[in-house]
Amino acid sequence: MPVSAQALAAILAMAAVTYATRAAGLFLVGRLRMGPRAEAFLSAIPGAVVVSLVAPAVLTQGPAEALAGLAALGTALATRSLPLAMAAGVGAVWALRLLL
Amino acid sequence: MPPSPATAPEAPDFGLAGLRLGAAAAAPVALGVAVYGLAYGMLAGQAGMTLAEAGCMSALVFAGASQFVALDMWVQPLPVAALALTALVVNLRHVLMGAALGPHLAGAGPLRAYGSMFFLVDEGFALAAAYHARGGRGTSFLLGTGLVLHVAWLGPTLAGHAAGALVPDPARYGLDFAFTAAFLALLAGLWRGRGDAAVWLAAAGAAVAGQHLLPGKWYILAGGLAGGLVGLARPARRAAREDHAR
Repeated sequence: MPVSAQALAAILAMAAVTYATRAAGLFLVGRLRMGPRAEAFLSAIPGAVVVSLVAPAVLTQGPAEALAGLAALGTALATRSLPLAMAAGVGAVWALRLLL
Repeated sequence: MPPSPATAPEAPDFGLAGLRLGAAAAAPVALGVAVYGLAYGMLAGQAGMTLAEAGCMSALVFAGASQFVALDMWVQPLPVAALALTALVVNLRHVLMGAALGPHLAGAGPLRAYGSMFFLVDEGFALAAAYHARGGRGTSFLLGTGLVLHVAWLGPTLAGHAAGALVPDPARYGLDFAFTAAFLALLAGLWRGRGDAAVWLAAAGAAVAGQHLLPGKWYILAGGLAGGLVGLARPARRAAREDHAR
């Protein structure tokens, strides 16, 4: 059998709770009356979440990752190009891990 | 980096233009996603999932971190409740992301907004947040990123499962750093001025501390909340003036 009943149950349960996490924020924001303080909170979230996505990888892994992070950020600022910044980061971390 | 909003719709619009912008912005990130899709498919096969099971998982759950965590728990008989609870905990960070993107999707109507949310992942969130921060009004942008990233996750899942042990470790070529580099590049577009320094420092500090102290992906939620709270503590008068200026 390609998909067992038990596997299907597990996958559907995981899919349901995962979609719930995706929909919940939209639902809450649509229901709440948004004052300036709620807006100040929400408008700080995008930057804060993206900082949180990268901070451990850049700050705690060692000098190769920290320097490669600088390379990616510098390339992004200089070229405004996402693909180039990704290439610079991946290339730098690959080389620095070999060297350091 | 999302293209200049000058080429984007000027009013909130759920149209092809925004969809195309989102898809194009996601293309380079999709390469990184595909590498992890390959690795996921391979590991899923080793964990005993059939090709169809791995495919259903990637198609319906579409959340990399929780799917990788589930592989560790994929032992017969499957602990269905524990798998669902773990997925919930690992993916709670989406609540914060959905709340932040919600106001930008409001113009799309509930069906399209909730439909788009199915495709919300870390990478699409970062792309859409940067796009809207630069004034982009296309409400279909997030869906555009999501469709591309979904294909880039599902296709390689199937290919990786079929290829078996042939898939190399992404970290060997530095490809584990692809997302970090992409997020850093998108950060450059999210900077709103000096007031963000405290927000970002708080987020970074809480994320690093959270990664040490908390299991799984909780550090993203911790950092996001810490940054949001510092943003909230901005002097109310200044915040009001900035909101007014918008």
